[in-house]
Amino acid sequence: MSTEGLSHHISSRYNADLERLRSSVLEMGGVVERQLTQAIGGLTEPDARVLLRVAQEELRVNQLERSIDEDCSRILATRGPTASDLRLIITILKTITDLERIGDEGEKVAAIAARLATRERPNNRYRELRNLGELVIGMVHDTLDAFARFDTTLALEVLRRDRTVDEEYESIHRQNITFMMEDPRSIRRALDAMWVVRSLERIGDHAKNICEYLIYLVLGKDVRHTKIEEIEKELLAPRGQVVPADLGSS
Amino acid sequence: MDQSVRNKPPQADTGGLLPAHDSDTGVIPMRPSGRGMLQVAVDETRRSAALKAPVKARAESLDFYYGPHKALKNLNMEIREKQVTALIGPSGCGKTTFLRCFNRMHDLTPGTRYEGRIMLLPEEINLVARNIDPIEVRMRIGMVFQKPNPFPKSIFENVAYGLRIHGVRSQVRIQEEVEKALRGAALWDEVKDRLASSALSLSGGQQQRLCIARALATSPEMVLFDEPTSALDPIATARIEELIASLRDQVTVLIVTHNMQQAARVSDYTAFMYLGELIECDQTSRIFTNPGQKATEDYITGRYG
Repeated sequence: MSTEGLSHHISSRYNADLERLRSSVLEMGGVVERQLTQAIGGLTEPDARVLLRVAQEELRVNQLERSIDEDCSRILATRGPTASDLRLIITILKTITDLERIGDEGEKVAAIAARLATRERPNNRYRELRNLGELVIGMVHDTLDAFARFDTTLALEVLRRDRTVDEEYESIHRQNITFMMEDPRSIRRALDAMWVVRSLERIGDHAKNICEYLIYLVLGKDVRHTKIEEIEKELLAPRGQVVPADLGSS
Repeated sequence: MDQSVRNKPPQADTGGLLPAHDSDTGVIPMRPSGRGMLQVAVDETRRSAALKAPVKARAESLDFYYGPHKALKNLNMEIREKQVTALIGPSGCGKTTFLRCFNRMHDLTPGTRYEGRIMLLPEEINLVARNIDPIEVRMRIGMVFQKPNPFPKSIFENVAYGLRIHGVRSQVRIQEEVEKALRGAALWDEVKDRLASSALSLSGGQQQRLCIARALATSPEMVLFDEPTSALDPIATARIEELIASLRDQVTVLIVTHNMQQAARVSDYTAFMYLGELIECDQTSRIFTNPGQKATEDYITGRYG
């Protein structure tokens, strides 16, 4: 399905409902992305107000999550959506959970950033954290873009990036172990840094989840828990029509 | 999904998943990421669910004409035994026409013509062939209509009627069969004390179940339902739907319905028809979550194409 698909129902109120739902999700995504940018910015540019701002945004995220949930249940109850409409509702219900968690992780990052700011900073000023942070922000940003345009190519591209995040995570992990072994005084700081890395990695996973839902929404294919190579193959394969007469051979 | 991957036996994929203890090093190898055993199990279940019942009836290049008007165009479709198949589509798409072909309801309408075949299996009898007696067809394939149409007779006689024309004389046998049919139609408990009262004294939902009992009495192999609940309230509708679901154990069911949710609830297979053609026929769960054809999608989601 494509984004125009939302607006071709015989019932114009249904069109409006679905369209509003979609823009609410995008709004929610926008707020979460802003939260995340501020939180990661706080790592390199310590600012006491960051935590407060991130926490305030959290209120809006929660509010949106609840109202989107409510709209979805109402549409399920009154419209009995089917096929792509049903997939849209399911996708949205799941997406907002992941978005909300991205926001939560962002808040954790902001809290640790505030704590790190009160301590001595390492020479590289957490460059590796900043790099990973930028990578993850990019994933979230593109995920939302893909969602706005129902763009599976972009979603697939985000899925591919998750591997890089995992690799970065591993390497920072090792680096911090080295720091801790060299100088026990750095343990506290290194542990905090690890918490940040952990949160960032989780955010990448949530972005990945949303991209997988999006592929399900657009193509009707469930690609969760599937290797990226297999997903690529799936997406390239044309979808054949299955007639009961043909089931035996498939 | 890639055929070779899907058809691979489970063992092929569990290679390395069951942690084989390496006796030399004492190391348990890491579980490779990706397709786990669970995924294989899930694929297997899905596949066996798709393994279908044998074919009960098969339309082969079926055309149907009302005079010069071609109402069914080259229909090819299989009906699975002891499964519920729903026919959906907008008004005038030919779904009722198609349904009625199965027990030769068009024979009395002048100027109609069948071309092609509807084969009833396993004997491979062509239901629409001229040399096949429609009465014989209707003995094997029962029908329930949109509006309940009991005969103006007693409840008992309504059900016994088919048996009597079938030549059953034994009163005991008739009584047994009537009770069985009424139980099968989930009506027995409600009418057992007033079998002699007029069928017309029953409520609409009860009358419809009586018609189902009447259709079941002759032990048909297939029952056709033409919008059986469109004249009923939601509770009576739920009862009939429940009944249709339970009939699956005994007979093959073909049902025409305008209520899409009803098709989704009661059927195993759904066929979407449009302008006299079969657009798509697939497992119901698939039609309602991810249909293969855009026309189907537009129809079931309430879009204009």
